[in-house]
Amino acid sequence: MTIHEIVSLVQGKILCGNLGKEDSVEYCFASDLMSDVLTVCRCDFMLITGLSNVQSIRTAEMSDLKYVLLVRGKTPPQEMIDLAKESGIVLIMSPYSMFKASGILYQAGLKGVY
Amino acid sequence: MDLSFQIQGGDFTSAGTASSQVRRTLKELGVDASVIKRVVVALYEAEVNIVAHAYRGLITAEIKPDQVFMKLIDEGPGIADIEKAMTPGFSTASQEVREMGFGAGMGLPNICRNADVFNIHSVPGKGTTVEITIQIK
Repeated sequence: MTIHEIVSLVQGKILCGNLGKEDSVEYCFASDLMSDVLTVCRCDFMLITGLSNVQSIRTAEMSDLKYVLLVRGKTPPQEMIDLAKESGIVLIMSPYSMFKASGILYQAGLKGVY
Repeated sequence: MDLSFQIQGGDFTSAGTASSQVRRTLKELGVDASVIKRVVVALYEAEVNIVAHAYRGLITAEIKPDQVFMKLIDEGPGIADIEKAMTPGFSTASQEVREMGFGAGMGLPNICRNADVFNIHSVPGKGTTVEITIQIK
């Protein structure tokens, strides 16, 4: 699924990052617990989180992820956006809850990592 | 190549800076992406542990063609029962640490899982030393 489709499905807004038309992702992992994210071996997934601070971006960076979807309509602090820019991570925000965003994306075909 | 970093306890804004620098260096050296991920996930968990639990610490990373050796020495309360601390889900993290997305009790198990060799030594009231070795294939 392309990132543009994902953004549209969750009524999202791209906060930073360079996004091409071909940017896409097949898997998702939703968590507010960063150590849980760090247990996932693969790196071809999008992180859905409600954790609105620099550590969610750091975790995405260490996990080699390119896309982070911030849910619950949280406005991230500027330092979080700056770190995402520096790390080359596309940061998207959605007004939906984690459950709703995950449900919509799962129904649309995105897969869980396990 | 040797890298070293001073870590300040409680400084969550900077937590991960050392791991990020090691990641960048390994990428520049052309190390395999799956190996880099194991190194930085283990290091990041250990770095966050210093920020979350200790007063201050020192991280050194020794990068050789065949392996990465990382040593993290902290001054802090130490760990009274290492076996318990290694149990997945066990955590003594503060509310502040949990608000930063950590404290799920997966830190040490995560380090152990990614390391080829993992050693931990702690003196309660003094501090903890963690050694992580990961082979570069």
